[in-house]
Amino acid sequence: MEPIKCDLDFEQPLEELAERIRVLCEEGGALENPGRIQEATEELHTRLQEIYANLTTWQTVQVARHKDRPRADDYLRLICDDFMELHGDRVFGDDAALIGGLAIFDQQTVLFLAHQKGRGTKDQQFRNFGMPHPEGYRKAYRLMEMAGRFKFPVICLVDTPGAFPGLEDEERGQSEAIAANLALMARLPVPIIAVVIGEGGSGGALAISVADRLLMLEHSIYTVAAPEAAASILWRDSAFAPDAARAMRISARELLSTGIIDGIVPEPVGGAHRAPTLMADHLQVALKEHLHVLKQLSPPELLERRYQKFRAIGRFACLG
Amino acid sequence: MKRMVDLVEQAPTTIVERTTEQLVALQSPEALERTTEPLKPLALVGQTRGVPTGLALKCPECKQILFERECNKNQKVCPRCHYHFRLRAHERIELLVDADSFTEYDADLVSVDPLNFVSASQVYAQKLAQEREKVGLNDAVVIGHARIEGKSLILAVMDFHFIGGSMGSVVGEKITRAVEQALSRRIPLLVASASGGARMQEGLYSLMQMAKTAAALAQLREAGIPYFSLLTDPTTGGVTASFAMLGDVILAEPGGLICFAGPRVIEQFMHAKLPAGTASAEFLLEHGLIDMIVPRHELRATLGRLLRFYS
Repeated sequence: MEPIKCDLDFEQPLEELAERIRVLCEEGGALENPGRIQEATEELHTRLQEIYANLTTWQTVQVARHKDRPRADDYLRLICDDFMELHGDRVFGDDAALIGGLAIFDQQTVLFLAHQKGRGTKDQQFRNFGMPHPEGYRKAYRLMEMAGRFKFPVICLVDTPGAFPGLEDEERGQSEAIAANLALMARLPVPIIAVVIGEGGSGGALAISVADRLLMLEHSIYTVAAPEAAASILWRDSAFAPDAARAMRISARELLSTGIIDGIVPEPVGGAHRAPTLMADHLQVALKEHLHVLKQLSPPELLERRYQKFRAIGRFACLG
Repeated sequence: MKRMVDLVEQAPTTIVERTTEQLVALQSPEALERTTEPLKPLALVGQTRGVPTGLALKCPECKQILFERECNKNQKVCPRCHYHFRLRAHERIELLVDADSFTEYDADLVSVDPLNFVSASQVYAQKLAQEREKVGLNDAVVIGHARIEGKSLILAVMDFHFIGGSMGSVVGEKITRAVEQALSRRIPLLVASASGGARMQEGLYSLMQMAKTAAALAQLREAGIPYFSLLTDPTTGGVTASFAMLGDVILAEPGGLICFAGPRVIEQFMHAKLPAGTASAEFLLEHGLIDMIVPRHELRATLGRLLRFYS
């Protein structure tokens, strides 16, 4: 039985219970103490459920950024078959932070695009922590344009702290690359579903999430600016990131009530990192449901509804 | 002309903006005593010689003291070093369009503070009211119909003086309405950008305006209607990464700061000081990202030519 870790600060109250379970398992495991282990595990489960049903915005940020949170490739392995990665933007390079490829999903060919954050120091550096360069967005552009021609639906797994803000990125047109994707996706005549699986980091996330359905995993976030950045500007100190996060309402739950996102994919108790396979199941079910509905629409209908979805986002009034 | 500008999310507080605003309020000799230190000598000189007070300001680029009047006559461009001062939306419109040809639309749209946003330094609802009062606009963009050298077009001009030209629901809505006007009338669109980026106080509503405006422009493109994008100092963040960089032709004023991340953020990530001129209009031209740099006094004529090419 896998040891249960309670490594987030707000999970500390459960550490004692988790430790007790670990000790019981070591002492003899399921053979010696089945009843007590079962009881303790159930109690832990219940208390975890209580905590996770009432996460604050900042606690959600911590879960969204958890080092063990499943990455895009974890889901790709589990939710689709025969994933074949495609590389390069045909102009400059191949960005490891934004991956794309074809797969069979629900008995059809689908283009998958995803931010890939990496696991462990070396991989994270190779993946640039999931922060794409212009060539990543241009790879996404060329693959989406191709998917449009071949009528492949597009599914995007969004998980990035943001587009990489380097000098070379400015030189290579980071802003133009993002803008071009927004315009392309708005008119792409195939179903597009985007799911935020971790962090939706601002424009760098938006560049692959102009979609017919924008979903978020239960404990994910989507930001206009990183809480640390917002805090350093509007609170004059990045230490106020939790306040900024709350003020900007960046958690999936808060965003659902704004109407900007179309649905939340529930996570297993204690977050996706505690049960990645179960999470992948939930995700697959949600994607299949939405894809099925979208496929009923003709391309012109699809495009019109997508336009109206984004057209309606915004809150304003007329004076006088 | 190379220049590094520190980007501030709030309304500009460079010495030029402060002094210009203060000067506008100056009417009387008593008021002169309230001027800031650098201005006093010149203002007093005008006064003691008994001629009408020459209101003075300092060019942030060449540091010369200029008379406001000579600067205004030069379209708010420094006559010595050609530094392009930031313009109010109505000033920009007046410089660009044929006399009396501008009809404004949708001037009355205002933000409704959708998140009830409060930070340590401000209450957003109050900030909006203050800015409306101070700047004389309801938000950071003015849209309408105009003619340039006789040719009809739709115009959207941003104003950095309103909460740093930041894009929230109102800017996104008005830009989108401008695009839809161009689409329904089948006339060209010109958008003059000036922005510190997306307006954080409106959270994800602000980010989504990038997608909303880009979607509208994609429709305009499909309809075969031209869109000219003018980048002015500063154009940054979510505005650059959406409608600003989608023009069929992209023009920029000389020396402007135009970027995605901004020099300070880049320096943080690169752990290095950036060379002078990084993320300037000239830098963008050199890297193939814009079509041309146009000095302010040539803008109207250049736009006239473009409108004739595309008609």
